[in-house]
Amino acid sequence: MIGRMLAGSSNPPGLPGGGRDGLVYEAKDLFGLGQLSDFLWYALAALTVGSAAGVAFSRNIIYSAFSLLGTFLGAAAMYVYLAAPFVAITQVLIYIGGVLVLILFAVMLTSRIRDVQISNGSLAPLPGALGLLACAGLLGYVGGSTPWHEVARPEMIDQAQALGDGFLSTYLLPFEAASVVLLATLVASVVIARRETDEEEAAGRSEAADRGGAGTPPGAVRAGGRAAHGPPATEEV
Amino acid sequence: MLHVGLAHFLAVGALLFALGAYCVTTRKNAVGILMGVELILNAANVNFVAFGHYSWGGIHGQVFALFVIVLAAAEAAVGLAIVLTLYRHYKTIDVTRAERLEG
Repeated sequence: MIGRMLAGSSNPPGLPGGGRDGLVYEAKDLFGLGQLSDFLWYALAALTVGSAAGVAFSRNIIYSAFSLLGTFLGAAAMYVYLAAPFVAITQVLIYIGGVLVLILFAVMLTSRIRDVQISNGSLAPLPGALGLLACAGLLGYVGGSTPWHEVARPEMIDQAQALGDGFLSTYLLPFEAASVVLLATLVASVVIARRETDEEEAAGRSEAADRGGAGTPPGAVRAGGRAAHGPPATEEV
Repeated sequence: MLHVGLAHFLAVGALLFALGAYCVTTRKNAVGILMGVELILNAANVNFVAFGHYSWGGIHGQVFALFVIVLAAAEAAVGLAIVLTLYRHYKTIDVTRAERLEG
């Protein structure tokens, strides 16, 4: 309902309104602030883009991660303005509740927090900034100057029911493919990120010893980073 | 005062995409690169929903946005698992220093 009100009131007045959206125009007449939703939109867009700039330019990776929160929230607000509250809620649940927490976990697990300098170095920032300006300018110009086909009065649909119908009829095959992708992701991330068990490690060690020849001691063969954990034979599960 | 329309949302999407591309191309930190990818996917999502609302109608843009969100979650899970493995091997997630592929 909120999305319906906001999206409805952000349309130019004078266009024929839908029969079910009388509430919007009542509110507008009541307060005399037809532009209020536009002002709010500009504030939310500034939040979105400013937080994205914080993600891109911050020197500290933790500040970048927290700026990402503002970007995701601002994008969710954009969806509310576009009369897509279901997508907005999904954005909040999955991006903020899932992806952002995952990213924060990765940040905390992979940087030494006690170090003052948490590395977030940049590689060739000047060409990157030129590319940023060129990309934003070109895309903004194309988006602003092309005469897109716009419907005069965007329709407001019953979100969840229409989406559910679509997912189980028109988009059934992509829906099932997405579920298979999620299952594969679940298995793959566990396989990639887990530690090797003792038996596998012992098998790998004997294999390496076979390859290294009889003269080398078995501990010295594995010269990778895992040797820093200490002697592998005493590692606990 | 300009009324908010399709072009405004496209401008937000363009800025998000440009900032994400900057993030991806200039970061040394692997997690920072993944954050840039998230920005790019959000830009695409904003454009999908905006075109779906203003010029196509119906739910089609939103359906694509939802699929993008699902795939972004999958990408983040696998990408961060790879980053953790990288960190375990090299003790760093600086992508300029992880230059060997090793089985």
